[in-house]
Amino acid sequence: MTRLLPVLILVSIGVMLNGNTWAASTVDWPMEEFEGDLKDLPSLQRGFQLYTNYCLGCHGLEHQRYGRTADDFEIPRDLVEENIIFTGQKVGELIKTSMPPVPAKVWFGATPPDLTLEARLRGPEWIYNYLKTFYVDEERPLGVNNKVYPNVGMPNVLLPLQGVQRAICEEGNCDKLEIEEGTGKLSVAEFDQVAYDITNFLYYVGEPARLERQKVGVYVLLFILVLICFTYLLKREFFKDIEH
Amino acid sequence: MAEANLEDKKTKIDEAMEWVDARFPATETWEYHLSKYWAPKNHNYYYVFGFLGIIVLVNQLLTGIWLTMNYVPTDERAFASVEYIMRDVNYGWLVRYLHSTGASAFFVVTYIHMYRALAYGSYKAPRELLWFVGMAIFLVLMAEGFMGYLLPWGNMSYWGAQVIISLFGAIPFVGPDIVEWARGDFLMSEVALNRFFALHVVLLPLLLVALVFVHIVALHHVGSNNPDGIEIKKKKDNQGIPLDGIPFWPYSIVKDLFALSVFLFIFLAIVFFAPEMGGYFLEIPNFEKADPLKTPAHIAPVWYYTPFYAMLRAATYPLFGMSAKFWGLVVMGGAIALPLALPWLDKSPVKSIRYKGVLSRWALRIFVVSFLVLGWLGVMPATKTYTIMAQLFTLIYYAYFVLMPWYTTVELTKPEPERVT
Amino acid sequence: MASDVPLMSASMKEPSNIDRRYFLIQSTAAVGTVGAGFAVWPFLSYWSPSEKAKAMGAAVKIDLSKLQPGEMLTPVVAWRGKPVFIIRRTEAMLNSIKETSLTLADPNSENPEMQPDFAVNPWRSSNPEYAVLLGLCTHLGCSPKLVSVGNFEDASGGFFCPCHGSKFDLAGRVVAGVPAPTNMEVPPYRFESDTVIVIG
Repeated sequence: MTRLLPVLILVSIGVMLNGNTWAASTVDWPMEEFEGDLKDLPSLQRGFQLYTNYCLGCHGLEHQRYGRTADDFEIPRDLVEENIIFTGQKVGELIKTSMPPVPAKVWFGATPPDLTLEARLRGPEWIYNYLKTFYVDEERPLGVNNKVYPNVGMPNVLLPLQGVQRAICEEGNCDKLEIEEGTGKLSVAEFDQVAYDITNFLYYVGEPARLERQKVGVYVLLFILVLICFTYLLKREFFKDIEH
Repeated sequence: MAEANLEDKKTKIDEAMEWVDARFPATETWEYHLSKYWAPKNHNYYYVFGFLGIIVLVNQLLTGIWLTMNYVPTDERAFASVEYIMRDVNYGWLVRYLHSTGASAFFVVTYIHMYRALAYGSYKAPRELLWFVGMAIFLVLMAEGFMGYLLPWGNMSYWGAQVIISLFGAIPFVGPDIVEWARGDFLMSEVALNRFFALHVVLLPLLLVALVFVHIVALHHVGSNNPDGIEIKKKKDNQGIPLDGIPFWPYSIVKDLFALSVFLFIFLAIVFFAPEMGGYFLEIPNFEKADPLKTPAHIAPVWYYTPFYAMLRAATYPLFGMSAKFWGLVVMGGAIALPLALPWLDKSPVKSIRYKGVLSRWALRIFVVSFLVLGWLGVMPATKTYTIMAQLFTLIYYAYFVLMPWYTTVELTKPEPERVT
Repeated sequence: MASDVPLMSASMKEPSNIDRRYFLIQSTAAVGTVGAGFAVWPFLSYWSPSEKAKAMGAAVKIDLSKLQPGEMLTPVVAWRGKPVFIIRRTEAMLNSIKETSLTLADPNSENPEMQPDFAVNPWRSSNPEYAVLLGLCTHLGCSPKLVSVGNFEDASGGFFCPCHGSKFDLAGRVVAGVPAPTNMEVPPYRFESDTVIVIG
């Protein structure tokens, strides 16, 4: 009887983790996979720079500090102050956007959200696909639309890099995207790298302690294993006294 | 010579203890609760969860106090201060994850502890008050979890609290006034955040600690039950020591310590490698700041409330001139309150499921399954099929209690053994 | 209190190998203590200055070009939340420091705790013209006032602490016989140019 519960609990955990109702918001788009890599410092450094160049104009990272980011990416702080910060902030400060929120709301219909936790909220995969699926749509006020976030109010700021992308319709299915050759500065592979770097950077910003957490965790669990051995032997030793 | 010294030293310590004991019952307390507290020797591993509960409580108190040092309970800064702890404070992420994972661990441990009581009849005489105090702890724990969940001021915090508070609006006549009074405002705002904070960090923890203390006092007065459900106090040797008892110190303690280290392994594995636990321990919409104008697409309470939440949603028919919402509140309240009646619902001559009849055994099995299924339904969206399922399993949940006087009377029980096995 | 041999009931027997048992008790206790030590560390570390505190305590850059000889920079600037007194000393003031009429406790700044190495000299600064001092009394941390005459025997003035009457001269050197035990603290600083100073 009492052996039933552990089994049921394990089954429940299995059901819970499989039928994950929290999985990224239902998007009608075949998502390309994204695997973040927080040990890839060059990617993170590029992502940092790309973010401040292309995104920070509208989207702040109001909970994250330049200095901490610089330290984690192993960039000297004064280098960050000279080359990456262009809002006149100090390296110890939070990464704030220079855009005032009220006119932003007038320009885009909504205040561009802060992106500190975007990778935890929507998942890095969503961001990666979002960055890559802007396409020309004359019916939208800004002339572009997005496959992952339909009718989004944001312009395609990466357009000069990616080039003009159009949705090709075949038999009513418009899920094929094609880039007009020669309209972007980067090749498809290079642009994929740009999208990857920005996403990877946001993945880091979502939880900057992630790497440290996992590193410390390994040692902690190894230690607990040792502790389990000792407490088990101790328990067994004492229970030799008890006759059944 | 060396031995003589040792003797001398002992006398000194003994003297000191005598001095203390004349003024404070130190030795008496130690013996009463530990070294001469006789635990049944047939305790299995279900009996470590009380100890684990205390450990988790201590973890919550410590990490909670530490979080309070940096948390700011205001509309403007609550969300930012949690992120400040997660990023800028040394090991803030660890303290925060210990606390958030600890909340879930508290309920895991408590639910298993309660299941143990159900299975071995630990609520039956003479342990009714022990059971009541335990239920009180469970209620306070639910309130504590609910209040604490608002504090990060994420969007799920906000709307979750909004939904639960609105529930009380279903109470006839006074409902809307109660809701307004509880919020102290016309919507969920900093006013509610402030009072939830005060209750979460001061009043409810004090109550919890006090109740746990009373729980242990009651337990040590009546003595522990065991998987056979028979009283070891009935068979004593000529010194008054139960024949089947073992001293809690050191035997039960070393067993608890082993269980604790295994528990820590699982607990810390989650803390360090899966603190979100797939969105069940930290819900994804809560990574967005509270927004009174935007409800998350899918609202579900944290997993430990979902069985009761599913029962709340299961009531969909207005009845006797009362709204379905009102009946939902009644059904949920009843589900939480019913276990209080267990000492009188259970008419069986035996305590433990080991010696109860086949009906009780199946009733318990089906009850556990229904509770888990309800928990699952509570996280799922309320579609038509799921609602019908929720109604069915709510009935089963209730049937376990309501039919208990019947099935514990008619079934054939096995004879209890003379001594524990 | 707790005797070494636990009380026995009828269903128990004497331990067979007491040495093994003591070894296991001691080694488990040792491992447990190490674990507790590790567990305490994050909670202690939690109290050290956070990234935010460090950012607020970062170096401060100050332009001194408008500071006239004989004046103290107003409003007083803060470094790590503490007041910093910057005084541009006149020739007369420097002379009174060099040949002071006061009895000082530590005239040559020999206490190494109270200033960076470059300020171990009677005027306690890198450039004698500028005095840079943390504006906190070394007694109990009140902020002293700059006074020219009155409370001071020396005509050129100094700092007087209103809380308990400690006195310091214009180099922040403490007068003997007041409650403050040491000279005023000199924060770390450097001159980026002739008139721009970076504190911290």
